[in-house]
Amino acid sequence: MPAGRSAPAKSSADNRGGKTFNRRRLITDAARTACGVALFGLAVGLYSRQSRSLPADAIRPPGALREKNFLAACTRCGLCVRDCPYGILKLAELGENVATGTPYFTARKGPCEMCTDIPCVPPCPTGALDHALTDINKARMGLAVLIDQETCIAFKGLRCEVCFNACPLLGKAIRIDYRPNARTGKHAIFPPVVSSEYCTGCGLCERVCILEEAAIKVMPVRLAKGALGRHYRHGWEQKQKAGGALVTPDPEHKYNLPEGMDYEHAGRGLIPRETAPDMPFPANPLDTLSKGIGGAR
Amino acid sequence: MTYSASRRDFLKTSAVAATASAAGIAVPGVLPATAQQGDAIRWDKAPCRFCGTGCSVLLGVSNGRVVATQGDPDSPVNRGLACIKGYFLAKIMYGEDRLTKPLLRKKNGKYDKNGDFEEVSWDEAFDVMAEKWVAARKAKGPKGVGMFGSGQWTIWEGYAAQKLLKAGFRSNSLEPNARHCMASAVGAFMRGFGIDEPMGCYDDLEHADVFVLWGANMAEMHPILWSRLTNTRLTKKGSEVHVLSTFENRNFELADNAMVFEPQTDLAIANYIANYIIQNKAYDKDFLDKHVNFTKTPTDIGYGLRASDPREKAAKNRGKGKLSKISFEEYAKSVEPYTLEYTAKLTKVPAAQLEKLAKVYADPKKKVSSYWTMGFNQHTRGVWVNGLVYNIHLLMGKISEPGNSPFSLTGQPSACGTAREVGTFTHRLPADLVVKKDAHCKFAEKIWKLPEGTVPRANDKTLGKTLIHAVAMHRALNDGKMNCFWVMCNNNMQAAANMNDESWPGWRNPDNFITVSDPYPTISAVAADLILPTAMWTEKEGAYGNAERRTQFWRQQVSPPGESRSDVWQIVEFSKRIKVEDVWPADLLDKTPEYKGKTLYDILYANGQIDKFPYEKGMVKDDRGNVYENQESEDFGFYLQKGLYEEYRRFQYEGPKKGHEMAEFDVYHKNRGLRWPVIDGKETLWRFREGYDPHVAKGEGVKFYGKPDGRANIITAPYEPAAEMPDKEFDLWLCTGRVLEHWHSGSMTRRVQELHRAVPDAVLFMNPKDAKKRKLRDGSKCKVATRRGDLVTRVETRGRNRPPEGLVFIAWFDASRLVNKLTLDQTDPLSKETDYKKCACKVSKA
Repeated sequence: MPAGRSAPAKSSADNRGGKTFNRRRLITDAARTACGVALFGLAVGLYSRQSRSLPADAIRPPGALREKNFLAACTRCGLCVRDCPYGILKLAELGENVATGTPYFTARKGPCEMCTDIPCVPPCPTGALDHALTDINKARMGLAVLIDQETCIAFKGLRCEVCFNACPLLGKAIRIDYRPNARTGKHAIFPPVVSSEYCTGCGLCERVCILEEAAIKVMPVRLAKGALGRHYRHGWEQKQKAGGALVTPDPEHKYNLPEGMDYEHAGRGLIPRETAPDMPFPANPLDTLSKGIGGAR
Repeated sequence: MTYSASRRDFLKTSAVAATASAAGIAVPGVLPATAQQGDAIRWDKAPCRFCGTGCSVLLGVSNGRVVATQGDPDSPVNRGLACIKGYFLAKIMYGEDRLTKPLLRKKNGKYDKNGDFEEVSWDEAFDVMAEKWVAARKAKGPKGVGMFGSGQWTIWEGYAAQKLLKAGFRSNSLEPNARHCMASAVGAFMRGFGIDEPMGCYDDLEHADVFVLWGANMAEMHPILWSRLTNTRLTKKGSEVHVLSTFENRNFELADNAMVFEPQTDLAIANYIANYIIQNKAYDKDFLDKHVNFTKTPTDIGYGLRASDPREKAAKNRGKGKLSKISFEEYAKSVEPYTLEYTAKLTKVPAAQLEKLAKVYADPKKKVSSYWTMGFNQHTRGVWVNGLVYNIHLLMGKISEPGNSPFSLTGQPSACGTAREVGTFTHRLPADLVVKKDAHCKFAEKIWKLPEGTVPRANDKTLGKTLIHAVAMHRALNDGKMNCFWVMCNNNMQAAANMNDESWPGWRNPDNFITVSDPYPTISAVAADLILPTAMWTEKEGAYGNAERRTQFWRQQVSPPGESRSDVWQIVEFSKRIKVEDVWPADLLDKTPEYKGKTLYDILYANGQIDKFPYEKGMVKDDRGNVYENQESEDFGFYLQKGLYEEYRRFQYEGPKKGHEMAEFDVYHKNRGLRWPVIDGKETLWRFREGYDPHVAKGEGVKFYGKPDGRANIITAPYEPAAEMPDKEFDLWLCTGRVLEHWHSGSMTRRVQELHRAVPDAVLFMNPKDAKKRKLRDGSKCKVATRRGDLVTRVETRGRNRPPEGLVFIAWFDASRLVNKLTLDQTDPLSKETDYKKCACKVSKA
């Protein structure tokens, strides 16, 4: 299946180095000579290239170095697989899209349970799994993405939130972004929202998604994450971070206003002043009369 | 299952794609393999099978199977929405291990308590059962037999059971699992207002300014109502949410004032608020003068444990609850000790937060709705604490009007409609009548065409004391005083407290014969002697009543699998096996000689009333011309459900208690339910208030007509400590409950693969500091032990529930971790409802 689909994706990834052109020419040349040996060579070449770029649904164990460095460092010893107490890690076999012998897991089938002692990392003999990782919450195996809001039933207002409830960093990595449900006019919507600041990419959310095909998926960070223009900052976030305004706020403002009106500069804007205070008696005298003595609160 | 199915689909679609590409056809996105199924689907409505919210769903049936569901877009409750359990509703009927044949424990071809389950015919099953029941009734009297039903029974199932036990077997040993769930709420309604069920309705969720949650994890347990509350909080200016709980739960995400209090001290908090209102003279004197009486209840009443327990021996007024009148001044004095300082110290809630809460109740301009469920009801002072919140609302006159509503939420889909309205409790009869009152029994006998004296009185001249509540039933089984027990539509071996000391030895007592009717092999079925396979939910025609007094009907959508039959069929069919001479004394029969030689079936069901509506195949139709089966009616030869319902309805119109009126049978098949009382086709939104309630005459304003003088009771009650508090050895509070994904004991939801995958095990929610002290960390295996039993699970310190130090929480859905081995069979001595929220435990590394 993915062979057909992932090949073009791969070549576009390779575009950056301008290799495609060369490779294509090579292929054409090879085809022209109609040499069976050349075709075989192509197959091997494609395979090794594929192995270098991890499929999106294969996730490396916690602490894995960047893919290129990881592949260079990993000796395919399988010690991490041996020490995973939940048995979710496996070594890629020949013919899979993952480099043969390297460890990975598939979130939908078995996510990382985020053991607090991270038993899979210390046995790694080469540091392909970084021994500096001692807090599992700092692991970044990938990033959960609520990739299909159209089918996620929480976005329709159904009370699911299964991914939120399963999240080991509940309330942080996944939180609920409460909204009114305009369609019913009476209910709210409880959509789960992922925060890359906390998400470790453990994949529990993808595992438990109750849909036939998960709407939330763990993706490699490089695919999942956008990047804000380097020049831009969100003002309110900066202000909160700095603990105050970066530029001194305005001194007092004064306004031309008719009687009975106030204006708040940074707050509510135009505000009608409270009219007469509540009187101790109801407007209708009969109400007072019929209450009799001692009826007042 | 899903995986293999989707893999198959995938293979199919990829095969299509492969073929297409081979043939040179472009396939722009491959159609899902199941798209063509849509054509022949028949849609019809039904209320959800799960909680008391009462959402409506539409069921799509094709070829005799429910193939699709949707939240009903035309339901006023849920408007097309559902929770995650509702999303998977149809799957609960299709677990692979459905029971399809009666199973009896046998050895050498004969019933044997220690035998293995063998398939038997319905005839053999009922013959053995009838023999046991008649023998037990004869040998041990009315308490020798007992039936334990359900707030998940349909209305007519409850009504049929009511007749079988109280009129047929002349036994008051009939209880619903609602005893574990709503009994305290009922007790407080009857004491306070003289009539059961909330005065308000769900529209309060849009009308209130302030919501106060007292021991209800509404965010998870009433998901769609929480959605409505959330919307109001998000969209209504000035609205506030106050949350009280013994641990942080998902309500806290929305809370403006979040309070974690020491277990049992909710009594003090409610009294503090009353005291605040009085001290600040904020109460509505006019309302109090016109509509309220002040009373007090006996104190030091014990904990509903066995009489031999030292805590019971020490209680001065064990089980007492008779109210006596007091003055306003005496009432004010009774709450005076609950100062802000004292209450803050006792409850461990910061004073400022308590005061903030008191202020919203005391503000006459703010409309306040209070909500509670099991935190209040499963409480050894449950009736008291329900009442203390009514006290606050009555003091302020904030009751029975839009937005001002003390609202007791219901756990089960028909705890109201069946258990409470039909009265399937030991002490009740339909429409709020009670067996304690001779006149009520006589009225029931008249409707049922039975000789006077058939229904056992609570203190019967010849039968003695006849009442026996749920927890006492398990004790009676354990003691060999009750020998036959029929459990229907619930899983009481898993649900009842103190399994090790009471439930298990009671059921497995060699003297006893236990029958369990269930669609699945539950823990209860495992502990039974006879298992009857049961048709569930839309495999039968049914009716439920939700928490806002809404009665909803549904038609039979599909046939039950194999030989399984609905509860109502089982009850009525079983009655054919019982000859009246075997269960009634001669003098009673002499009063109605025409009944001699008859079976209970002839007397109770083929009585000229229930069998008066003819049935022929194909007559159950909707307005679109679709035809529906009705298995029971076809079997018995008359429209059984309609007959039972219409006879039941006579209790509402002809009985001594007004205010429960419902519409005719056929009306409900056409609508998404009506809120009773229904008079002249109009439903009632807010009770006891002129203009909204047809029973309140013009000029009366407010009338609590459940009480003879039209006045509600403010009932003062103090804080009293819990039965089993943490000590040196058992140093933690243990609180049990539920999770959003699973319903009760999980017998249905754990058979839905996706829900099981979402929450496979019951974990122990624990404060990280408590975990650290015990050298445990998140995910560690741990042993939870109480004085009664232990279990092993895993520690969860970062999940959806965040207990304070000193308390742990565990859900009870998980059949592989029987949480009720741990709990104490303590009850509210007044309501007899179990307190599952408070006992002492210890936790260690496993």
